[in-house]
Amino acid sequence: MKGLSVSKAVTALMLAGLVLLPLYSSVSGNIFILTLFTRIVILALAAASLNLIMGFGGMMSFGHAAYLGIGGYAVGMLAQEGVGSGFIQFPVALAASAIYALVIGALSLRTRGVYFIMITLAFAQMAYYVASGLARYGGDDGLTVYKRSDFAGLINLSDRAQFYYLCLACLFGVIFLIWRIVNSRFGLVVQGLRSNEQRMQAIGFPAKRYQLVCFVISGTMCGLAGALLANNTDFVSPAVMYWTRSGDLMVMVILGGMGTLFGPVIGAVVYLLLEEFLSQITEYWALIMGPLLLLIVLFGRGGIMGLLGRIGRG
Amino acid sequence: MLLVVEQFLNGLQFGLLLFLLAAGLTLVFGIMDLVNLAHGSLYMMGAYFAATFAAWTGSFLLGALLALGATLVLGIVLEMSALRHLYGRDHLDHVLATFGLILFFNEAVRLIWGPAGLALPLPAWLTVPVPILPGIHYPAYRLAIIIVALLVALLLYLGVMRTRIGMLIRAGASNREMIGALGINIKLLYTLVFGLGAALAGLAGLMQAPILTVQIGMGENILILAFVIIVIGGIGSIRGAFLAAIFVGMIDTLGRAFLPNLLRQVLSGAAASTAAPALSSMLIYLLMAIVLVVRPEGLFPANRR
Repeated sequence: MKGLSVSKAVTALMLAGLVLLPLYSSVSGNIFILTLFTRIVILALAAASLNLIMGFGGMMSFGHAAYLGIGGYAVGMLAQEGVGSGFIQFPVALAASAIYALVIGALSLRTRGVYFIMITLAFAQMAYYVASGLARYGGDDGLTVYKRSDFAGLINLSDRAQFYYLCLACLFGVIFLIWRIVNSRFGLVVQGLRSNEQRMQAIGFPAKRYQLVCFVISGTMCGLAGALLANNTDFVSPAVMYWTRSGDLMVMVILGGMGTLFGPVIGAVVYLLLEEFLSQITEYWALIMGPLLLLIVLFGRGGIMGLLGRIGRG
Repeated sequence: MLLVVEQFLNGLQFGLLLFLLAAGLTLVFGIMDLVNLAHGSLYMMGAYFAATFAAWTGSFLLGALLALGATLVLGIVLEMSALRHLYGRDHLDHVLATFGLILFFNEAVRLIWGPAGLALPLPAWLTVPVPILPGIHYPAYRLAIIIVALLVALLLYLGVMRTRIGMLIRAGASNREMIGALGINIKLLYTLVFGLGAALAGLAGLMQAPILTVQIGMGENILILAFVIIVIGGIGSIRGAFLAAIFVGMIDTLGRAFLPNLLRQVLSGAAASTAAPALSSMLIYLLMAIVLVVRPEGLFPANRR
């Protein structure tokens, strides 16, 4: 019980920090921190979406970065074609990600284990090469988004604080949704499938259908992160979809604590801050980050959330 | 005709190179059940070692030999210091830990050799074109790669199928507790297998080095290809890896060579020349997807050996 409260306290502190960040930024005049955290919040959203299938569903997607790219390209391509309205761009981004997830999921879920990891990876690489081949939309060099999504004056995405709060609201919305899903009958079936697929099937649940729906929801959420990311960087390129990017997302989830509601957010914050912090100390930050990941895997089972739980129990 | 033969040989050469990489990966995976994403880093280190040692000694062959030994030692050190603690863990832990190793190796290379790539020049006797058929010449170095890789493949096959160590390796792949109970030093066996895998990756890297630039991250693209191969071939199966590697090497090379012309038959020139590179890069992933959909265990699953 006490263990639970330590991780809860840390989570609450972090969330409060995220909400109050723009205030600190404007008081201290530190604009950089707001830009940094906008990126962190968006990638936390992507990590949370991955956690839904990986942590709760036991489906280890190694191609989640593809949705970042698809969501981003939906925004970028529409903007290029003169459709600037976010009311069109965002639904298209979500729909495109959902359709991609439906096709990929239907094929990938025929396999399991390492094969599943590899086939999701392969499909993401295909998306990467498709994007590289889009000569009209920048090809290898990527696509500059000259104008951020326009929400008819309701929100101004060019205003740093407003954009940050939009991203944060999306993150909270997605986490709320995941919480509802995980505790619903549907979510319980998916978690049951993670523990024992045969038994669930014997009870009479159509296993693959449940997993596929969960897979599509996760992909759609990650597509949202992609649409936000394109607005944040004013740019989208195939590099967003490269497989090491999917690895980054996986690292965030595992670092924070797989299968916990806020673990991926903590993981994203810690991973990206560490990257930022280390890169300020030394140009060769990954020299420290790499072995650090290894140590976390070896000694920190359950990620940061697991660690906090152990501290709480004393 | 000339072009077809040449591209065919290029495909074979690339496929054999991929086999060296995939063989190590599938050995380590099949026997130790370890997903090693850092396998591509060992390939990269092989190339860097070769470029460095060749420059020091002034001899390509000596440099290559030293590089081979260096990657072997590096693999053994890596296994003993870090990876052996991961056995029996979740695959996800492997992915995360070895992803960390990729970051480490890329950065270590940047620190030691700098961000610019290296070149590994070939000795003059390997640059001459060799006549292979009447009127058809093929670069000696690429021919040398084919011969070396075929030899290594043969040795590997004989080693695994005909020697005592090979028997232990195969036994370890099917039941690790049992061979431990028989009094075999399984720790040492695993270290040896990992070292062997590392040396194979290093060999692939150092042989590829004179053809491509030696650069940071060079292992990452090709690592994915190697994974595609072992998944198509069936994880843990050397024979599957060999056939799939040749197949993937051919498809990739021939696709790149002939797809632009094929597409030009149906598309406009500009559209064809932009679509072709993307499509030919996608071909093998498409192949893998199809194989997995039809046979989720790969074409030659090791457990049905």
